[in-house]
Amino acid sequence: MASFFKSRLFFISIAIVIVAATLPLYMSGYVLGLLTVAFYFGVFAMSWDLLFGFAGEVNFGPTFLIGVGAYTAGILNAQTGWSVYPCIVLGALAAVIAGLVLALPALRVRGPYFGLTTLVAVLILQNFIVVFADLTGGEIGLTIPDVITINAGANYWIALGFMTISALILYGLAQSPIGLVLQASGQDPVQAGALGFNIVKHKLAAFIVSAFFSGLSGALLVFYMGTASVGTVVDIAVGVNVIVAAVLGGRRTVLGAALGAIFLIVAGEFLRPTGELATFIVSAVALLVVLFFPGGFLGAALSHEGRS
Amino acid sequence: MLALQILIDGFAISALYALGATGFTLIFGVSGVLNLSHGAIMVLAAVAAWAAASVLHLGSYSGALLGVAVAVVASFATYFAVVQPIQKSRRIATEEKEIFILTSTLLWGIMIQELIAYFFTNNAKTVLPIVEGVVNIFGERTTKNEIFTAVVCCVSIGLLWLLVNRTRTGKAVLAASMNPRGVTLLGLELGSIYLVVWGIYGILAGIAGVLLGMFLGVSSYSVGPLTASAFSIVVLGGLGSVSGSLIAAFVVGYLETITAYLISPAYRTIPALLLLVAVMYVRPQGLLGRR
Repeated sequence: MASFFKSRLFFISIAIVIVAATLPLYMSGYVLGLLTVAFYFGVFAMSWDLLFGFAGEVNFGPTFLIGVGAYTAGILNAQTGWSVYPCIVLGALAAVIAGLVLALPALRVRGPYFGLTTLVAVLILQNFIVVFADLTGGEIGLTIPDVITINAGANYWIALGFMTISALILYGLAQSPIGLVLQASGQDPVQAGALGFNIVKHKLAAFIVSAFFSGLSGALLVFYMGTASVGTVVDIAVGVNVIVAAVLGGRRTVLGAALGAIFLIVAGEFLRPTGELATFIVSAVALLVVLFFPGGFLGAALSHEGRS
Repeated sequence: MLALQILIDGFAISALYALGATGFTLIFGVSGVLNLSHGAIMVLAAVAAWAAASVLHLGSYSGALLGVAVAVVASFATYFAVVQPIQKSRRIATEEKEIFILTSTLLWGIMIQELIAYFFTNNAKTVLPIVEGVVNIFGERTTKNEIFTAVVCCVSIGLLWLLVNRTRTGKAVLAASMNPRGVTLLGLELGSIYLVVWGIYGILAGIAGVLLGMFLGVSSYSVGPLTASAFSIVVLGGLGSVSGSLIAAFVVGYLETITAYLISPAYRTIPALLLLVAVMYVRPQGLLGRR
């Protein structure tokens, strides 16, 4: 971690954050709105990378955690009328509980079996949202009475600050001894256990941290958009985008995941004139990156730096 | 006579699920590949059959054949363009190949889905059934198409069983699913066995897709749910076990039909999903899986 503060990656990241922080001074509200969503999405992808890249858990259901956080916060606000911030905190806590529920099978089953369990968790959540439509707004979506603020610049800064802090914590955790133990237990659980590390404890911790940030980000996102719907925070397609973002940016880099997420959202917007082909082009680019640069953007950049 | 109706409808749905899942589990058993573009290939077959009738004005038999042919082509394309490069790649660590194949077949499936949506819109499409009309089974009005679906599914699965257990090629496939290294030691080329399996997979997915298009209709939105249902049936039955998937397909199919008839169609998929989670807890290797 200490070496990170001296590395080139650190200075590049600082420079990017500083430049990004000045954007509201001269950019239109449209660009800011786009980036705000992209930043929250970046936190989704970073949390997913912690769980997959380090703990080695094939989680097909990032939107289970995101959705629980987002909907809990939204429903609390709509039903009880509590102000925004307690709702966001409670949403994040609900996501942590969801993360524990998801962690239980992970301690028993591995690989594709765990992947399927997470996929099923998303499908069950989606079904319940549709079935309890009076509470959740069903397929139309839940309208949320309050928002954090309507100022585009302030929203942008909140999202940027949130992403930066999350990135620091998640990256720090990944580079810390805890991250190394996670990585070891992801690659060879038996050997990591034989070395005396408590794998169960570390994995649970990874699930809790990942769930906390996913849920927090989901809750902030719905209070930014003023609505929560299956299509934006729960649907499997959203989860696929999170996974694609993390793989595209580079697994096991945490920061790359955020990069990938921002790229995905911005690229999707640039391709809007191509209409329905936009998703096709983004998927094709992602597939080419996965096939030819398996390390992702940041992985390719870092290995280049390491070589020179 | 609700029970009889459930029995008939459930059988047709289950047989369709079984056919869809068999190819999926066969590929996993032989090459360890979970093909998440499965749903997209099924929908592609159905849409091709639909387009053959409504755009090219072909008859329903040639339309169905075209659908199956398109699925076979798509299956080989998946293998050569996506799966094989990853299997052969030296830059991807062996233990990570699984997740790379999952991610890239998922992306491949999305690409197919988007192309279908682009050229043929998102609207639901129903393939003209090969047989039309209604018959009475003990007083239950049943479409001939439903019976046709069930029969074709059962015959296809039966033929697959004969192929795998009674022919030389089939036995090689079976052997490869038990021990790939042993097969290569016997002088058989694993690569050609993979080709055979992907070919069989294409035919099975194609037939299942076309039948689904005739029976329930498809749209590009059905891609995700179709992949998910095949995935869950296969895991429920035990990855790689064909007979396990057959049993699981009937369990899921009947559970869904019973829920839809007795409780509400809105709850259709929930009990099957809960059952799946329960099985994962109690018996992680699935019903007939071996570890």
